[in-house]
Amino acid sequence: MSQATLRVQKISGHAGSVPGEDTQREYTVCKLIDTTTCIGCKACEVACMEWNDLPFGETVFDNTYQTMPETRWNYWNLILFNEHEREDGSLMWLMRKNQCMHCAEPGCLAACPADGAIVQYTNGIVDFQQANCIGCGYCITGCPFDIPKMNPKTHRVFKCTLCTDRVSEGLEPACIKSCPTGCLHFGSKDDMLDLAGKRAKQLRDHSNFPKAGVYDPPGVGGTGVVYVLHDATNPELYGGLPKNPHVPLSVKLWKGPLKWLGNVAMIGGLVGLFVHYLRYGPKAREEEDLAAKPGGGKS
Amino acid sequence: MNPTRRDFLKLTTVGGAAAALFGFDLKPAYAQLRTLKIARANETRSTCPYCSVSCGVIIYTIGDRAKNVTPQVVHVEGDPDHPINRGTLCPKGASLEQDILNERRLLKPQVRRPGGTDWEDISWDDAIGEIAQKVKKTRDETFIEKDAAGHTVNRLESIAFTGGCTDTNEFNYLVVKTMRSLGVVYLENQARV
Amino acid sequence: MTNGWIDIKNTDMMLIMGGNPAENHPCGFKWPVEAKRTRNAKMIVVDPRFTRTASVADLFCQIRAGSDIAFLGGLIRYAIESNRIAKDYLLNYTNAAFVVKDGFKLPEDGLYSGFDAATQTYDKSTWNYEEGGDLSGKHGGGTHAPAKPAPVKDGKPSPPHLPENVAYDLTLQHPNCVFQLLRKQYSRYTPEMVERITGVPKDQFLKAADLFTSIRKDGDTKKVATIIYAVGWTQHTSGTQTIRTAAMLQLLLGNVGRSGGGVNALRGHSNIQGATDMAGIFEILPGYLKVPVPTDTGFKAYLERITPKSAKPHIWDSWNYWSNTPKFAVSFMKAMYGDAATKQNDWAFHYLPKVDRNYSWAYIWDDMYRGSVKGLFAFGMNGVAIGPDSNKNIEALKKADWLVVGEIYPDETSEFWKSPGITQDEMKRIQTTVYRLPCAGFAEKDGAFVNSARWLQWKNAALPPPGDAKVDQEILARIFLKVRELYQKEGGKFPDAILHATWSYTNPQNPALAEVAKEINGKALADIQDPVTKQEIKAGQQLPGYAWLKDDGTTSSGNWLYSGSFTEAGNMMARRGTEDPSGLGIYPNWAFSWPANRRVMYNRASCDLEGKPWDPSRKQVWWNEATQKWAGNDVPDFKADSKPKDHMGPFIMNPEGVGRLFVPIGAVADGPFPEHYEPIESPIENPLHPQQSNNPIVKKFKTDSDKYGTSKDYNIVCTTYRLTEHYHYWTKNNPMNVQLVPEPFVEIPAELANDMGLRGGEKVKVTSARGNYVAKAMVTKRIKAMTIDGRKTYQIGVPIHWGYRGIAEDEGKTAKTAANILSPTVIDPNAWTPEFKGFLVKLEKA
Repeated sequence: MSQATLRVQKISGHAGSVPGEDTQREYTVCKLIDTTTCIGCKACEVACMEWNDLPFGETVFDNTYQTMPETRWNYWNLILFNEHEREDGSLMWLMRKNQCMHCAEPGCLAACPADGAIVQYTNGIVDFQQANCIGCGYCITGCPFDIPKMNPKTHRVFKCTLCTDRVSEGLEPACIKSCPTGCLHFGSKDDMLDLAGKRAKQLRDHSNFPKAGVYDPPGVGGTGVVYVLHDATNPELYGGLPKNPHVPLSVKLWKGPLKWLGNVAMIGGLVGLFVHYLRYGPKAREEEDLAAKPGGGKS
Repeated sequence: MNPTRRDFLKLTTVGGAAAALFGFDLKPAYAQLRTLKIARANETRSTCPYCSVSCGVIIYTIGDRAKNVTPQVVHVEGDPDHPINRGTLCPKGASLEQDILNERRLLKPQVRRPGGTDWEDISWDDAIGEIAQKVKKTRDETFIEKDAAGHTVNRLESIAFTGGCTDTNEFNYLVVKTMRSLGVVYLENQARV
Repeated sequence: MTNGWIDIKNTDMMLIMGGNPAENHPCGFKWPVEAKRTRNAKMIVVDPRFTRTASVADLFCQIRAGSDIAFLGGLIRYAIESNRIAKDYLLNYTNAAFVVKDGFKLPEDGLYSGFDAATQTYDKSTWNYEEGGDLSGKHGGGTHAPAKPAPVKDGKPSPPHLPENVAYDLTLQHPNCVFQLLRKQYSRYTPEMVERITGVPKDQFLKAADLFTSIRKDGDTKKVATIIYAVGWTQHTSGTQTIRTAAMLQLLLGNVGRSGGGVNALRGHSNIQGATDMAGIFEILPGYLKVPVPTDTGFKAYLERITPKSAKPHIWDSWNYWSNTPKFAVSFMKAMYGDAATKQNDWAFHYLPKVDRNYSWAYIWDDMYRGSVKGLFAFGMNGVAIGPDSNKNIEALKKADWLVVGEIYPDETSEFWKSPGITQDEMKRIQTTVYRLPCAGFAEKDGAFVNSARWLQWKNAALPPPGDAKVDQEILARIFLKVRELYQKEGGKFPDAILHATWSYTNPQNPALAEVAKEINGKALADIQDPVTKQEIKAGQQLPGYAWLKDDGTTSSGNWLYSGSFTEAGNMMARRGTEDPSGLGIYPNWAFSWPANRRVMYNRASCDLEGKPWDPSRKQVWWNEATQKWAGNDVPDFKADSKPKDHMGPFIMNPEGVGRLFVPIGAVADGPFPEHYEPIESPIENPLHPQQSNNPIVKKFKTDSDKYGTSKDYNIVCTTYRLTEHYHYWTKNNPMNVQLVPEPFVEIPAELANDMGLRGGEKVKVTSARGNYVAKAMVTKRIKAMTIDGRKTYQIGVPIHWGYRGIAEDEGKTAKTAANILSPTVIDPNAWTPEFKGFLVKLEKA
């Protein structure tokens, strides 16, 4: 299996250097989401579920077309629906695909104390390694987009992997492939920014959206998922997309003073255990826990 | 790595026991081994059965069509070569695996007898024999050879055939051949409604 | 579709109305989006609701369900009044210049000439062209012969027929020429009238009209617009005429036959285009041949009736392709009955049942309810849930002797006898025998589906059916062969056709679909030769196309339209060539497109009179001076050697050779031009003619189950539809789709909910004259209150996907009723499709 695109560049809770760092040229991958051509069909939701063989869960009708209020540990990709009335009285039905943004400076990774539970590959994908996860939930606090979710049974945190298994084999992520209108696009970050910029210009020049623009927030170093928005000055309209996301101060403070600890590899692990103990008590991680099916399952 | 289908079978869960499978502890490895689940699965090109866009789909089954294997569907994905859908699928097409592997599928012929309050099992031979008898009886009792004006009409007005939206052309042609030959005029299809 | 899915990317302007492709055809919708992205094409969406399609539109108009003809008629008026029409196209490629008979009357009072109130039918003899050549400049009447009474034969007047030499006025000034009548007809459809009927405010309508017709601004002939629709148009008592209005608008603008243009029906299911082509409906035989009727005393009389004669101005030419009907019909009889169909026995014409009246969908249930339909086969057709009037269909099934259901999931129809509300005692009184036979799903069978773009695509089986399920063709074959065996053994009523139907499949009990496909394509039964090229086809060989079909019994073909789909070269439907040299999305080597593998129909009309494309950047076909033949990136839909100066009309399937703005004589039952009539249940009287509010020839059904409401008791307009997350009554069995939308709901305007004190998520009861339906409320800004003829009117929407068998149903999470409990049994007088949309209900908190 080619792992050329899966070389690690950042590791959570890790002391010392990162294996493979600076050993070869890399490019970053990126998803482009053009909200102006998204029809909220949810093909990406299903493609994600099917590719990743995630178990089906209960949902309840909640006066919306939105499948559920927010992503779940076993539902990584969710279209957010918002009805918005413009000043001229006309209606907009805004739909935004919500999932892990694969930040260049991931708050989850910065917050994570467990050695190797969160990695960032040199292609930009931020991936959770549940085998190394200690279930502390700090990544949840660290994420400015409220994406990672914990399986309450196994105490492992999950989110979109950007289909590392597909990308590493040279395929596009499942959601991207499925998108009927092509509002989802996949390629290098440079290419996606170029495409997004052109589309935003087209919207400004030809479609009566003078505030159209690209969302690639600098507060998290830019993201591996960029949006084209009809109104880039108001990202909050799209299901609360934060205007200026950044890694929470608490995470920065916590990680800053602790950084010296990383020089001693053993201690990293101890901190992890300590945090785990604080949150969940003395219950040890069990082997079958690691192997457990995440509930449900298909026929 | 050279993943095999067996790897896939065991790796159907996310964040599963990849480490144990390969006989070494991942930690402190930093990239979990997750193999491409369709790497060597069999590909069958088909057409989505839902709307009329006719998206090309690829049905992935395990087994290489060897005699000793019962194919099992493991994934359905859009066919990137298809000029219309170019690999894309809608939320219905993308969930076709659940249509094929569905535990609600009907698996055996059943009959509900007059006055019955439940289904009973019936063999195919018995079902077909009984249906043929009923068709003949109904037909012989009601067949119209001539109308009031004396025109030969050879028409059967007491049996209707309604065909569905995913009946193939060839099946539909056989319907026309068999039903028109019986004299059926109540021949209708989802195409109407 | 006249065009195709991919071709939509070539358009400059889209009117999406009566369809919601973003939700119901998402993957096809990529091509409208592509046109927006790559050409800055504009999209206008007109719908009762602000849909997901509307969410990406440039302009949205909320229309009252069932008022589409008024909107489209208003567009026709606007195009004419603002002179945004394709003058050359109109004059030469449509019947605009044809002169209509004296005595023809427009429906200013709601009725065309010839109406008989007692029978609710029209005498159509004045709905015809005048006989007699060039009347250019001779308007004012009196220059042509008076209408002659129809000749009388067998004591009955023979049906009116088109004149061979049609009168015309190329100045378009004759008061009775089609163009002047058209202008007059739609002069009443002013923006003010459009607003009164449709509820679309005048200024918004004018915005839409200006935008749509802008492609013909200042005499531009290069730009092109498409109209895209679906069952939002067909499921009305005005369905066929709505589509006609759209076609007329497109002819006026010169958009038919052109890449990026056309009138494009998005069909709702994977193979209902194929089922229509293959005559899964009662009034046709495969390839749109008309069914025989009792007065067709023999095959000759039948052919005479169904084979049109060309009717055109004598200075023009018309191919009149249907003149080949005898070749198609004889070849069909040979495919059906083989050696038993001979010239001597009139090609076994007496084997075919003669159809004397309407046997369409709604009549099956009506006559079963009345007790005359005793047995029903339902193969993948869930009649109870499909409706209309689900309760009537359940009552009908209780009266049947037997029901055979072939399905892949337990459905409402097979379990009608235990539908909600039926007690154990009542169940014991239901005498219907029900067989439920497990069938194969799509992945378990091969065969061809025909998509909306007329592509025949072969698919392959990926795995065998589960359990004891069988492929459909095996079930049908075994039933038929068993019936045949009984007739062989016991005799019975008229067994001839049953005994002689050809069945020479290698495995008769389970015919291979590839063998059936070859039979449909057709083969030579004797050595035949092309008289011009001298090319020969040996007996037994597959035919290369329908041009080879003969009317002398030397060829057979199960469906002439599909001839060319399985030739000596193999299965053309399985072709997978991905090249598209023109870049227009033609993909000539992918699968097979009827007719004759052409992708855009009527493509001769994409060129001007000299045979040059209206837009050189979208070259489909053209006249090649050097070879004196039509050539193209697509297969020319035209006589290959017909010189432009011969003026052969591009609409080769019409006897006139031109597009019909005015439909003469029998082709449409309720008027040569469409007129707005109110739905059968309507909140208002028709503002155009209150005394004739509904379509005069639409008949209500009359069993005690058929109830129709009025605006006195039911004040809300209700429409029904699908969601993108679900497919009909199928995916309620699919856990993934159920997770996306777990339970039924009703879409309710926020303003109405506010009036009622209703909050989203609370249960509501929707009641029509037929029954009631309970589901949760989705309170939304996406449906607004409307002003219809001065009165505040609300519309609500009911998605159809639930019933009493499904994942949510079996878990007790729904009210276990089908949405079609609400819809009325009343049908379009031309296509006989029920009015599932735009009926009346009332709404209460449940």
